Amino acid sequence: MTPFTRALVGLYTARRWAAIGALMALLLVAMPVAHLALPADHPLHLSAFWINLAGKIMCYAMVAIALDLIWGYTGILSLGHGLFFALGGYAHGMYLMRAIGRDGVYQSNLPDFMVFLDWKEYPWYWSFTEHWWYAMLLVVLVPGLLAFVFGYFAFRSRIKGVYFSIITQALTFAAMLLFFRNNLGFGGNNGFTDFKRVLGYTITAPETKTALFMITATALLAALLACRYIVTCKLGRVLAAIRDSESRLMFCGYNPLWFKLFVWTFSAVLCGIAGALYVPQVGIINPSEMSPANSIEAAIWVAVGGRGTLSGAILGAVAVNGAKSWFTNVFPEYWLYALGLVFILVTLFLPRGIVGLLGGRRPS
Amino acid sequence: MSELVEERTQGGGWEDLASYGRVLAPGEVDVSHGAILYLEDITVSFDGFKALNRLSLDISAGELRCIIGPNGAGKTTMMDVITGKTRPDSGSAFFGQSLDLTRMTEAEIAHAGIGRKFQKPTVFENHTVFENLELALKCDKRVRPTLLARLNAAQREAIAEVLETIQLTDQAGRPAGLLSHGQKQWLEIGMLLIQEPKLLLLDEPVAGMTDAETDHTAELLLQLAGRHSVIVVEHDMDFVARIARKVTVLHEGSVLAEGDMAAIQNNERVIEVYLGR
Repeated sequence: MTPFTRALVGLYTARRWAAIGALMALLLVAMPVAHLALPADHPLHLSAFWINLAGKIMCYAMVAIALDLIWGYTGILSLGHGLFFALGGYAHGMYLMRAIGRDGVYQSNLPDFMVFLDWKEYPWYWSFTEHWWYAMLLVVLVPGLLAFVFGYFAFRSRIKGVYFSIITQALTFAAMLLFFRNNLGFGGNNGFTDFKRVLGYTITAPETKTALFMITATALLAALLACRYIVTCKLGRVLAAIRDSESRLMFCGYNPLWFKLFVWTFSAVLCGIAGALYVPQVGIINPSEMSPANSIEAAIWVAVGGRGTLSGAILGAVAVNGAKSWFTNVFPEYWLYALGLVFILVTLFLPRGIVGLLGGRRPS
Repeated sequence: MSELVEERTQGGGWEDLASYGRVLAPGEVDVSHGAILYLEDITVSFDGFKALNRLSLDISAGELRCIIGPNGAGKTTMMDVITGKTRPDSGSAFFGQSLDLTRMTEAEIAHAGIGRKFQKPTVFENHTVFENLELALKCDKRVRPTLLARLNAAQREAIAEVLETIQLTDQAGRPAGLLSHGQKQWLEIGMLLIQEPKLLLLDEPVAGMTDAETDHTAELLLQLAGRHSVIVVEHDMDFVARIARKVTVLHEGSVLAEGDMAAIQNNERVIEVYLGR
């Protein structure tokens, strides 16, 4: 075995690997087959609604583990992770808008909203976005760079705790106001929508949707394993030490700045990737994704699932979003009350979240 | 360098080696003249109050030195000067022959090999004893090496050795938060030891310890002497009497007396200002 495979296998116990394998078999084989291969009247047929919902929730789960990395493990609560998610979504959305071609309402080379603004050509920052690989580069670089620069100044100034949370909140709010402006060139209020195709495939085709779903499942697994590596290696113990006693860690000879910056930037990039996977599946990205409420909701997923455990974060995202989708169907007006109640109950009675309730391992 | 130091300690004399021609590596501690720390005429004043008043002190390599003195004698300020936390108004502080402590930052001083233990034990409570030592281990502490770090055999051995020294081998897998007060103090000493310091500063290491824990600590410190230079600041006179070979009494920011414990205890001036008998 190469050192890499040995490190990979060592991430989980055999039982955990079996559970992960079963889950991936469900996501990558059973669900696609049930959706595509079984006829619509078959009792085991899975409708597009479920594939779509599950794909969306997996994107949220990626955000949850990214947030858990910085909050649960490093003790830095970000209330602005929705910004990185939205930026990743916008970056991929730029490509998807270009891929519409002349099939828009105005039959122009430009997206409809630019025609509406009476723009004649793409602004400079739209250059190269017709190339999918370039958009993918932006998906990683834009949230990553923003997080790096913001994080550098925030962590260097030793901004911590609630102050950091408030600043991240303000950051995402400011970005939302900025993206609301039509002349920014990102579609203002309406954002990007009406996508037609991705890499030449019709975006609404069941096969494309299923492929996106499977890619999302794979990306979630990769993100989980990467995060698992980080939290179980020595760096993970340094992160927990930052959370518990930063000054003591400095006496041990570590500079917390670079560790925080690393994990903060990594977390932002994960969110960007999640956003990029989210947009083609839901078919729209607009500034409301940057609203502070979205970022706070992500923190609730993590709190509900269990801070400081990656499986808890995923579980929380699935449970809360599953409940949300049920509530908004059945009692749409009560969802926010229910969410608030869940958050209060979890804070009061389940400080370790669902994972704690299930008797999981004490978070490291 | 550390091997050199050991060799010479075993050889017995430092003075006779001083004349050997040798190239000094930059940043290394030169103890060829026998002393690891020199403080000379150090004065520190806070708003006119002289916390240290022309304090002069030197510590030999491998020595275990106890420093006593009434409250306000300047013990903590002296530690602060040595570790770079406080800059003296005048005077010089040298680590070995060549390192000027008054020109170095706290991190540089720590890196050069001065480890300090504060009064209140601070260990990483959620980490196991082993992990605490792993975090403190002397190694490259930047992000990338930490991300790829794997303990090698020598490092594991170093941790095992320190665990043995601080008598926590059987506690290695327990979270440090579950240790007793005394055990936490030892763990913290262990976390200093594993950074391979040349000089250890311990601020009241037995404060709040039970008698049995104090006994253990005395053994531990005696074991360290010879391998490391140790400065202990302590109030507990019984404890000092047990471990001290040489005691320095501070009073009003300068050295009042210096010598072995018996001499100190019979010194008229010490009795007057400190022992109060």
